[in-house]
Amino acid sequence: MSVAAARSDPTGFSLREYATCLAGIVWREGLRFLHQRERFISALVRPLVWLFIFAAGFRQVLGISIIPPYETYILYEVYIAPGLMAMIQLFNGMQSSLSMVYDREMGNMRTLLVSPLPRWYLLFCKLLAGTAVSLLQVYAFLLIAWFWDIEPPPIGYLTVLPALILSGLMLGALGMLISSGVRQLENFAGVMNFVIFPMFFASSALYPLWRVQEGSPMLAYVCQLNPFTHAVELIRFALYGKMNWVSFAVVAGCTALFMIGAILAYDPSRGFSRRGPAGGET
Amino acid sequence: MGHHDPAAMTAGDAQRGGGSLPAAGPVRDPAEVAALSIAGVTHSYGKRVALADVSFEVAPASFTALLGLNGAGKSTLFSLITRLFGIQSGRISIFGYDIGREPSEALRRLGVVFQPRTLDLDLSVMQNLLYHAALHGIGRREARSRGGEVLERIDLADRAASKVRDLSGGQMRRLEIARALLHRPNLLLLDEPTVGLDVKARADILKHVRQLVAAQGIGVLWATHLFDEVAPSDDLVVLHLGKVLAKGQVANLIAKAGGNDINSAFIRLTEAFEKTGSVAP
Repeated sequence: MSVAAARSDPTGFSLREYATCLAGIVWREGLRFLHQRERFISALVRPLVWLFIFAAGFRQVLGISIIPPYETYILYEVYIAPGLMAMIQLFNGMQSSLSMVYDREMGNMRTLLVSPLPRWYLLFCKLLAGTAVSLLQVYAFLLIAWFWDIEPPPIGYLTVLPALILSGLMLGALGMLISSGVRQLENFAGVMNFVIFPMFFASSALYPLWRVQEGSPMLAYVCQLNPFTHAVELIRFALYGKMNWVSFAVVAGCTALFMIGAILAYDPSRGFSRRGPAGGET
Repeated sequence: MGHHDPAAMTAGDAQRGGGSLPAAGPVRDPAEVAALSIAGVTHSYGKRVALADVSFEVAPASFTALLGLNGAGKSTLFSLITRLFGIQSGRISIFGYDIGREPSEALRRLGVVFQPRTLDLDLSVMQNLLYHAALHGIGRREARSRGGEVLERIDLADRAASKVRDLSGGQMRRLEIARALLHRPNLLLLDEPTVGLDVKARADILKHVRQLVAAQGIGVLWATHLFDEVAPSDDLVVLHLGKVLAKGQVANLIAKAGGNDINSAFIRLTEAFEKTGSVAP
């Protein structure tokens, strides 16, 4: 019987304390993001290059028939906009999760992890904060895209929000899971090659699945298994005020799975253990 | 802050703590509950043993210096106490709360200043404090008032809105100490807090922390490799290559080891250890 167990003082935390903690973590992440202007600009330039250059070039090559959720013929730019929104979140999720586990933010991770709140909750808040940052990026992108004639119905800007939160969490948790599982991926270029590019290209972000099916049934199958495809489709439907239940189920399931995996696999000593024996700081 | 304030209650409950023990447990005087208790802690990185059967205690309202050269295992120990690493074997408790089994209760009572700077350089002094307060569940209004208080105490009240980047090294350290005390812990850990500071800033920080012990009854564990930071009346733990070579009051240890000062006592202790490979009784 421990001394502590016999104590009568209040233990645990109130809901208000949990909420304060979450608000604080999101607030700080937002402030930091606003201070890193280069990160904001590069996060915005990437999808805009795709939109302005790639989509314009491909407009004539790819014909898009009327597929849900669209009710008329659409331009290729309109088709790839949801995929680019998901791409912003993909990059953001990988970037913030990687920096979270590895040394760059180790100091900040230490301050976070000595908080007395449960560790799973702290990591969840961190993921939510990363998602909030991705929302800023996505809405900034949508604003610019509006001037490029990508004009979803006004209600779509609202209905897409829950979809974006869910997909942002999924991609952030995936990033965290990958970075705790694979050591060599600390290098961002590695993640680009082995995670971001395959996920992005083997999805419905750039071309509708029926088109892929015509070219390669095998690839279409892979695309269908890719959770990123479902994130894209969930966002695409939500942006037009519609619901894609299959995609929702896949994204929600993957979010839960990745998040549990990421929290279980998260090992704060990882950033140190490599340095430990070599460096003097033990 | 709402009905129950984790920081405010720490002061009293550490004292109350042992009072209501079940009949089965040993009856302990509440004042005897160590601020920090490390018992038989061993930790390895693969094959390399960083800590071997380390045991010592930090009494409430005391200044305990953890003296060891670089690589002695000080930072590993700090990572274990702060729950950053999982404990492989042994037990660590803070005011009787086991860090493995009741981490929340233990961490509530703990303030830490890590060796690398952990402030957000682009955020203001007050923003850094508010963030830390939020991590402890302390709401905005309460956090602002506590932040104002601690800044007053470290003479940085007029810098609340400055970016941390614009502070001097000594000011940053003082801010980190103030931040670590924001949730009113009763145990403060400092991992080589004076590294990289000039002589005056070092002396200021040391004086400030000693005042905290005297005036606020905070238990302090001060890790250092600088012999001149240790005073004769301090409690001392000598850590060398992951082992505790000696512990006790500085003056006693010097007499026992047979040196003239802490420096020569340390050399004698480590030489004896390296010759025999075991810790002198």
